[in-house]
Formats: sequence, C-alpha cells, structure tokens
Amino acid sequence: MIDKPKISISNLHKSFGEKQVLQGIGIDIAAGKSLVIIGGSGTGKSVLLKCILGLLQADQGSIKIDNTETVGLNVRQQEKIAAKFGMLFQGGALFDSLSIWENVAFRLTHADGISKAEAKELAIEAMARVNLPARNADLRPAELSGGMQKRVGLARAIVTKPQILFFDEPTTGLDPITADVINRLIREQVTELGATAISITHDMASARHIADEIAMIFEGKIIWRGAADDVDSSGNAYVEQFVNGSADGPINVMGG
Amino acid sequence: MNPFASIGRATLGFLTIIGRIIIFSGKCLMAMIRPPWFFGQIGRHIINIGYFSLPVVGLTALFTGAALALNIYTGGARFNAESFVPNIVGIGITRELGPVLASLMLAGRVSAAIAAEIGAMKVTEQIDALRTLSTDPFRYLFAPRIIAALITVPLLVLVADIIGIFGGYAVATQSLDFNGALYVRNTMNFITGWDVASGLIKATVFGFIIALMGCYHGYNSEQGAQGVGRATTNAVVSAAILIFAANYLLTTLFV
Repeated sequence: MIDKPKISISNLHKSFGEKQVLQGIGIDIAAGKSLVIIGGSGTGKSVLLKCILGLLQADQGSIKIDNTETVGLNVRQQEKIAAKFGMLFQGGALFDSLSIWENVAFRLTHADGISKAEAKELAIEAMARVNLPARNADLRPAELSGGMQKRVGLARAIVTKPQILFFDEPTTGLDPITADVINRLIREQVTELGATAISITHDMASARHIADEIAMIFEGKIIWRGAADDVDSSGNAYVEQFVNGSADGPINVMGG
Repeated sequence: MNPFASIGRATLGFLTIIGRIIIFSGKCLMAMIRPPWFFGQIGRHIINIGYFSLPVVGLTALFTGAALALNIYTGGARFNAESFVPNIVGIGITRELGPVLASLMLAGRVSAAIAAEIGAMKVTEQIDALRTLSTDPFRYLFAPRIIAALITVPLLVLVADIIGIFGGYAVATQSLDFNGALYVRNTMNFITGWDVASGLIKATVFGFIIALMGCYHGYNSEQGAQGVGRATTNAVVSAAILIFAANYLLTTLFV
C-alpha cells in the first residue's frame, strides 16, 4: 500500500458487449515512479491506459489522480486533468497536416494559448532533449523515419513538462538499436522531469530499461507486481512464462 | 427465425443510429457556439470546401443550365411556349437544381473527403492524441468543418445559380436563336429575390448535412482501411439521401 499515490486505481471494470476486458483492476502508483505493465495481446493493457487517460469511460470502479476522482468527468474537467499528462502513442499519432514543430507545440498553441513564436522555441528545445535537430522542425511527419516519429511523439509528450507520462508500446515496430535509443530517452526524460510514468509493453528489454516496478496483467486483472529487478525471480508461473517467451505454461495463446 | 424479432432488431438499430446522429449533432452545435473557436482551421476548411469545389460546382451548373434550356425549349415548343425558356431556366436553377445538384456534387467531394480524413485520424489514434493534448475534437475537428460548410455552400450555390443561368443563356443565344439582351431582361424580370433566397436557405441546410455526415461517419469509422472506406461510402450515401429528404421538406415549406 502506497501512502500518497499519484495514481490510485481500484476495482476497475470495463466491458465491450459481452467481453469483459478489465475485471476489477486495482493498483496504486507512487509519485516519481516508473511502472511498466506487461501482458499479452488482448489482456486489457491498452484499455486500462485509455481508461486512465479518460479516452474510455470505465463501467465501474475508481481512478484517482492526486486524490481527485476522474471517472465520470465531463469534457472540460477531463481537459484540465489531461494538462497533467504527456502521452507517447504506439504509432506516434502525429498530425499529418502539421509540421514537426507544430505537432510538438500543439498543446502550447491550442490549449495553453502560448504565442506561435514562443511555442516554436519551446518545441525546438523539447526536440533537442530527444536528440532531434532543429533542421527537422519544418518537415512533415511523413518525411521522418519510424524512430524519428517516435522521438517527435516523445518531444510532444514532454514539452509541457507533465507530471504523468504514458507510453503505449514505445518500441513496437522499431529495430533493436533504435528501440534502445527510445528506451534510454524515455528513462532520461522520466528521471529528469521527476514524472510518474506508466508504460505498457510486451517488449521485456524495454520493460527492464524503463521500469522501477513491473506489473503483469492477465485476463483483465493484475496478477503480479514487483520491483523491476525481481521480474526474473517472481515465483509466478504466468510471469515466468511471459518473461521467458515460452509457449508452454499456464497462459494458453492457442485459443484453447 | 422469428420475422418479428428481425423487424424489431432492424427498427431498434435504425432508431439507435438516428439517436446517435442527433446526439452527435447536438455536441457539434454546442462546440460551434462555445469558445474556443479555431479560426485558422475554419479558414483552411473554407478554402478546401469552397475554393477547391468551384470547378466541380461550376461545370455541373453550366451543363445543367444548358441541358435545361434545351429541354424546356423542346417541351415548350409543343405548346408554342418557347419564349418561357429564360423564365423556367431561372426559376429551375435558383430554386431547385442549383442548390440540389451543387450539394450532391459537394456530398461526393466534401463529405467523402471529411469522412476519409477523420476516419484515418481515428484509426491512427490522432483523435485520441487530441484529447490527451487537452483539445476537444468536436471543437477542433468538427465545428470548423461545419462552420466552413455553412459559409461556403450557399456561396457556391450562388455561383452555381449564376453559371447555370449563363449555361441556359449560352445555349439559347447560340443554338436556339434567342436575343441575348431580351433573354437577360426576361430572366431578371421573372426571378424574385425569394427564388434566390429560398435556394440559399436550402444550401445552408445542405451544407450542414454534408459536413455533419462526413464528420459523423469518419468519427464512427471502424478500424482499418476497410472501415475508413465504408465510412466514406456511408457519408456520401447518407448525405445524398438526407439532401433529397430535406429538399422535399424545405420545398413544401417554401411553395
């Protein structure tokens, strides 16, 4: 039990039709800690993240950010809570019609009312923090490689120095070297900002790099949680099977 | 299989869609009247919907006006009423064909483009990204498109009216031996301000329908390229049907 959690989730349920995706998730995250949630495809990782972000409404349960309930907020209240967030999407989710700097500065210009000139300066500063040269500022997202797009997404997530960072499969689709670069940048930025971070991934190399703590989700429930260093000696058959990437074990992925 | 159950399911499904469209429209209207307004986006869509649609609308009106003049001349000849060509072309274009045909062409061009763009944004999580950046997609994406359509579609229809009447004039004076000055005077004397205004009121309603259907179907598109393709088709088909239905209702009010 964490004394004053930054994020506190209890008894969270979410269904889509007959399919119960989240079945009573409960987890607390301390301020300044990086939690990585691991789990197979379709276990509810993305749905959990979207519920915390307010992109999906939970059917039941509670999500508290800084002890403020966020389930059931209206759009305006949700926008205020979202000001604490920075999010790196799996595919980058960059706006095609905008230049790189406009993508990075989007919240500054559209939600915070900062002038374009000042926002561009801040955007280029954020780009430098993720090793993106300023010469890329006026390019369009389609002109960049996948790894560079991820870095733009990361710059967009950190430009306002948010209190909470979310990472959705940050290394998916990247080669191992670029993935390592992204992992290092994420770790650096989380540490520098002192932010609370929640990442979801099934890439164990990424999880080990980013995490202070790791939790495993299976069939819509958290089945294990521990320090990142303990993941290899968890004593949990599900975690062991997942970490070892084995087809043999209690997790049946063959549809049986 | 119980036929009553099937009918009931289909009815409920239809009513659900109607309810969703009404709720979506309400949210769009709220976003349109409450700040912040994204004027840059509105300007961008005025150019996209208005300026870039001018060739399509202009050509449609030109050929429609020309064909209408020929048909009226042929039909009028049966009653020795060939001289009514300018009058009927004028009223036909301004009250009916200008707004309806221009809007149908815009349904094909604009609704489809909006649905495809928003659908692609949905499946690539760009709409989710907007929300995490404290920006309401109803204010940033949908309201500017609808406002732009409300402004530009009546203007495009006004252009269509002028070009359509010119199409009739061109055919009448070049092929049917009408006197140009007389044709223009007959047209100006016969068309009333209400003929033009009623067409522009229709165009405003059609503009709302065109943008709304593009936004609604794009926003509700399912995952993948197939989902975006289906959303695009549905946007065009539903916009066209609603334009015809609204045209009938408005015409019954205006006559």
